Amino acid sequence: MDDKNKSTGVISWIDERLPILSFIRNHLTHYYTPKNFNFWYFFGSLAFLILFIQIFTGIFLAMHYKPDANLAFDSVEYIMRDVNLGWLIRYMHSTGASAFFIVIYLHMFRALMYGSYKNPRELLWLFGVFIYIALMAEAFMGYLLPWGQMSYWGAQVIINLFTTIPFIGPELGIWIRGDFAISDPTLTRFFALHIVAVPMVILLLVILHLSALHTVGSNNPDGIEIKKNKDANGIPLDGIPFHPYYTVKDFVGIGVFLFLFALIIFFIPEMGGFFLEHANFIPANPLVTPEHIAPVWYFTPFYSILRAIPDPAYGALAMALSIIVLFFLPWIDKNPVKSIRYRSILFKINLFVFVISFLILGYLGVKAPTPLYNVLALRFSEIYFIFFILSYFYSKPREKIFSYSFSGILIILIVIYDLMRVDSNNYISILISLLIICIFVAFMTLSPIYTNLNREKEVPNRLTP
Amino acid sequence: MMIKKIIFFLILLLSINFSYAAEEKNELLLKYKADNNINNKASLQRGAKYFVNYCSGCHSLKYMRIKTLASDLGIDEESFLMNLNFSDKKIGETMTIAMNSSDAAEWFEAIPPDLSLVSRSKGQDYVFSLLNTYYIDDAKSTGFNNLTYPNTVMPHVLVSLQGEQNVKIDKENNPLGFEILSKGTLNKKEYIELTNDINNFLVYVSEPAKLKRQSIGVWVLIFLFIFSIVAYYTKKEYWNDVK
Repeated sequence: MDDKNKSTGVISWIDERLPILSFIRNHLTHYYTPKNFNFWYFFGSLAFLILFIQIFTGIFLAMHYKPDANLAFDSVEYIMRDVNLGWLIRYMHSTGASAFFIVIYLHMFRALMYGSYKNPRELLWLFGVFIYIALMAEAFMGYLLPWGQMSYWGAQVIINLFTTIPFIGPELGIWIRGDFAISDPTLTRFFALHIVAVPMVILLLVILHLSALHTVGSNNPDGIEIKKNKDANGIPLDGIPFHPYYTVKDFVGIGVFLFLFALIIFFIPEMGGFFLEHANFIPANPLVTPEHIAPVWYFTPFYSILRAIPDPAYGALAMALSIIVLFFLPWIDKNPVKSIRYRSILFKINLFVFVISFLILGYLGVKAPTPLYNVLALRFSEIYFIFFILSYFYSKPREKIFSYSFSGILIILIVIYDLMRVDSNNYISILISLLIICIFVAFMTLSPIYTNLNREKEVPNRLTP
Repeated sequence: MMIKKIIFFLILLLSINFSYAAEEKNELLLKYKADNNINNKASLQRGAKYFVNYCSGCHSLKYMRIKTLASDLGIDEESFLMNLNFSDKKIGETMTIAMNSSDAAEWFEAIPPDLSLVSRSKGQDYVFSLLNTYYIDDAKSTGFNNLTYPNTVMPHVLVSLQGEQNVKIDKENNPLGFEILSKGTLNKKEYIELTNDINNFLVYVSEPAKLKRQSIGVWVLIFLFIFSIVAYYTKKEYWNDVK
């Protein structure tokens, strides 16, 4: 027997007991993917790569890190100075956290652009949102571990959100902290959750996300189901095997990504205070509150929404809603046209304004509040929610009466909220910003009646080159 | 197309870094920019010398291991221990100090902070700015106040070198500049160089790995650049038959 036969023998011996060959066939060599993926389709595989980097570097950090309020800060500096290449491992982990969110935000934006959350991919989207939330929990708990000033006071702000919940709030806060203030028990439980519990949840969700993806198949920039056009053998005409075509393509994405990643790690690891905040190089001190507490950049859009409403309980509610609403997106936007390529100009404006307001909310979240910033934060928070409301509105062609009443109700709701808070000091800024937002709402809902801005293009049957 | 997008992303990335706004300081303080270069070994050596002589009586560098410091500064361990070690430390120890904190609190009204990370938490010009902006203020117990760190209880340790200066203010109490009242043993240029060396040394101490990471980083980037090019042409070759 020669070597070739022998190796097949071993593989077939295993395959009879564990279906590795059929797994490779089903998910790589005979998994058919649309052939027209563009730039925006790199971020799924990149997110997977970063997950691997975070787990790998996290294991090494856990070998040297001490989850103890008296030792944590020192042990991080020990990693940075005395552990061989410890600084590299730590910067990979800290930069990886931010990179994870950049990649995930771009990945989600792709889904919004090409309607990847729509039938039949609702579950795929739901698992994605769950991953996003788990990731936020993971990042938040991880940020406490260096036990610097921002770790401490950032955690203070977030845990206080839970204490605003009526009735159970204060007890819940104590239950989360394990103490009346953030202290050693909080640190040790966050450590356990950060390195064991939440990563396991994330891994499970990633498996579910990928299983759902491979069941329904990938969407694409045209938003056309490739499974509708198959050849005699049942292979999609516009599909190509994931391996080798997309594996080699993803390596290009990985190379470019790692280049940028290394650029940050080796040359600007603090990213000007955005990835590693300056105040976090001062050990946590419960007696000294920093002048300005800003969460890490990836939370700041939601932090802005929180601060936009002066009452903390309602602010926290608005913030929670801003994330929860993502779950309902597949049932909010029921427009049959998936891709932005064939959707109306108004949809494009809506998405563009949403992205801009998300970025501005992020910017406002790192800034100390001023009267102007507060006005902006509230208005852009309103636009954040209006995006979803308009997405519902554009689901199908609307009657004239429906459009007018829809527009009217929306504007009345905004005005009612403004009437509740107006006083002699702020009426000018409220009036001006109210006017702008009302014009925006009226334009977006009423222009379909009088113009063809809401006209969609015809979707072709086959992928365009 | 692809290249345009990559360039766009690079610019985006850099703009994030630069958009980190300087905190609002008064205009006079913005002038105090240190000239840092941690690859300038002579400057680091001088900085270490000044630090040990003028600062280490009160301020520790508790994360700075002596062995690392000696090797990064290019000083052999024996002469380092002979010349830059006033407290009989061993080579594997860190630069802690003998003063205990309860005594310090009594003597200075505050505990002198450890300076291992001062240049990362307060900024890379902070120590330089601090050491140059002392002015006479009779209301303070030390006789000096400071523009960079108003109402500090830290005495002006380098006054014999810098000399005494007074701050000029405008009608709204904004500082305009300093006027020299008495000369120290150093002239203005020498004093700026000395404080710059101390600042540079503390920038190094705040992140010794910076010396290595930039030089390793260049090679990593070169590797990833070549990797990306190879990956790109491999992809192109495979995709030739996709119509």
